[in-house]
Amino acid sequence: MERSSIIGHFGPYGGRFVPEALIAALEELDAAHQAAAIDENFQNELAHLHRTYTGRPSIITEAPRFGAHAGGARILLKREDLNHTGSHKINNVLGQALLTKRMGKKRIIAETGAGQHGVASATAAALLGLECVVYMGEEDTKRQSLNVARMKLLGATVVPVTTGSRTLKDAINEAMRDWVTNVETTHYLLGTVAGPHPFPTMVRDFHRIIGVESRAQVLELTGRLPDAVLACVGGGSNAIGIFHPFIDDENVRLIGLEAGGAGVETGRHAATISGGTPGVLHGTRSYVLQDENGQTVESHSISAGLDYPGVGPEHAFLHDIGRAEYRAITDDQAMHAFALLSKTEGIIPAIETAHALAGALQVGNELGKEAILLINLSGRGDKDVQTAAHYFGIPL
Amino acid sequence: MKLHEVFAHAKAENRAALIGYMPAGFPTKERSQQLIAAMIDGGVDIVEVGFPYSDPVMDGPVIQQAAEIALRNNTSARDVFDVVASSTVPTLVMSYWNPIERYGAAKFADDLSQVSGVGVITPDLTVEESENWINATDGQGIGRVYVVAPSSSDARLASVAAACSGFVYAASLMGVTGARTSISSAASELVARVRRVTDLPIAVGLGVSNAEQAAEVARFADGVIVGSAFIKLVQESATFDEAITAVRSLAQRLAAGVRRS
Repeated sequence: MERSSIIGHFGPYGGRFVPEALIAALEELDAAHQAAAIDENFQNELAHLHRTYTGRPSIITEAPRFGAHAGGARILLKREDLNHTGSHKINNVLGQALLTKRMGKKRIIAETGAGQHGVASATAAALLGLECVVYMGEEDTKRQSLNVARMKLLGATVVPVTTGSRTLKDAINEAMRDWVTNVETTHYLLGTVAGPHPFPTMVRDFHRIIGVESRAQVLELTGRLPDAVLACVGGGSNAIGIFHPFIDDENVRLIGLEAGGAGVETGRHAATISGGTPGVLHGTRSYVLQDENGQTVESHSISAGLDYPGVGPEHAFLHDIGRAEYRAITDDQAMHAFALLSKTEGIIPAIETAHALAGALQVGNELGKEAILLINLSGRGDKDVQTAAHYFGIPL
Repeated sequence: MKLHEVFAHAKAENRAALIGYMPAGFPTKERSQQLIAAMIDGGVDIVEVGFPYSDPVMDGPVIQQAAEIALRNNTSARDVFDVVASSTVPTLVMSYWNPIERYGAAKFADDLSQVSGVGVITPDLTVEESENWINATDGQGIGRVYVVAPSSSDARLASVAAACSGFVYAASLMGVTGARTSISSAASELVARVRRVTDLPIAVGLGVSNAEQAAEVARFADGVIVGSAFIKLVQESATFDEAITAVRSLAQRLAAGVRRS
């Protein structure tokens, strides 16, 4: 459901700010997405893939030993980390890859920060026989060299991006340049709920399954709805996926945890809603980390997947109308929660996800032991072992 | 001279107008003013001053690199206006949307008209998102130049051209800015399709770098836009004096190109 009368907008946010060359492709994609949304064959094909390939429905795990540190609150983890390829990203990737085939295109391009979306895209391309090129900031190819190797093993071409800050933001720029040039044969498989319409809506729709499943699972397990739903927010895809089916449940608090880096007050962070201002970046109007001249400012986070100076437009809108809350979690707070979940529950989360877990520690202590908190455990931490070992001083 | 007078004048001479692009603040503000003066000296009829932006998705490596240098110099809207003010021919600004929105669309149009700017080319502003910009520019005499592409449908061309004033910017190919070895046939086809929906002059940009290409484009378009080729000369010159000479010389050759019939 759009909370605005204009399609593709969320209040003043969203829309399309792109070169005219891309309009035809965006309209084609929008039409394909809308047709697929009501096409039983498409929905069945996607559901079949999710059952037999992704491993859906993902389970709910209770985390009482972790919960003891969160004011005794009942902590329920939605285990998107158990999906094939290790994160929620596969939900969107399979959906868009099927749409790519429907549109008769044979090549996909993708951007990636941490490498999770790149790996998921390379996986879907291998599964469906598509050519795949992944743009990745040179800085990130070094931070996440294991994922670069995974993508190559899956048959994808990884292009290190050497412009600008050499991170996710510049990988998106380079992917858009490729798309402008090759749009006739190529689909840009954008990995988050940002970018021009229809991406924020379409990517959300492919991730809604997280919230739809977990809402029913929590009801069945506890007999009621949770008091709060928490998720980390970079671009915001896993968060909007779990939030969206709860939007009309007014008593359920929706809490997004942004990457506070060294602290929002230091300026070295990636907390776009907490520390940014409205603007236009990568084809959409939303909150942006920018300077007084409208130039994008570099973001900073220990988590490559949250290290992005923009955020999905629907989050900007949910923030402004007060339906969702957004808090910043520092690198140190996230790493504390990362270690805590590992040691109390035997689950190593992605560092991105650890931001949501740090939020759960805060909110649990605020609400106390009667509270039920649903947390989107969006990804597993295998890819982060090197970063974590370095952070905790574990010799490798 | 006003923008439409330049096109009318060129048409009277049975040629296309030559439009040269240079980012403000590259390699410094003063030097970008001098480079623009050299382009004009060589025969450029209209100048486009680039507002450097951190995320230029329509630009190839040459303009990206120039923008990075200009941003390291902290080039601001004020600097862009100063560069426009120093130009002695009709001058537009080319800017991605966010710097204009951040500055304030109405204030941007107002301040640009204060320095006799004649228009703004907005490569990532779609007509659907243009309400503020149309309100800001109407009555200021600031031309709104949108970019159309070979992939644009006929209906789309009509609605974009209807929102344009001054001229229509036709992208010669599907891609980003930067020199190409040849002009794609898509350019003349696109210009012909735009002609059917507007009486405005049509200028062609993207990929034009030499006199032969300028002559070829001038046969079917009202304006020929050259950007990356000028910047590349500056990047490749050993000294700034050498850059000035090279830019002036390229402008002379291009000016001869658009006059070849």
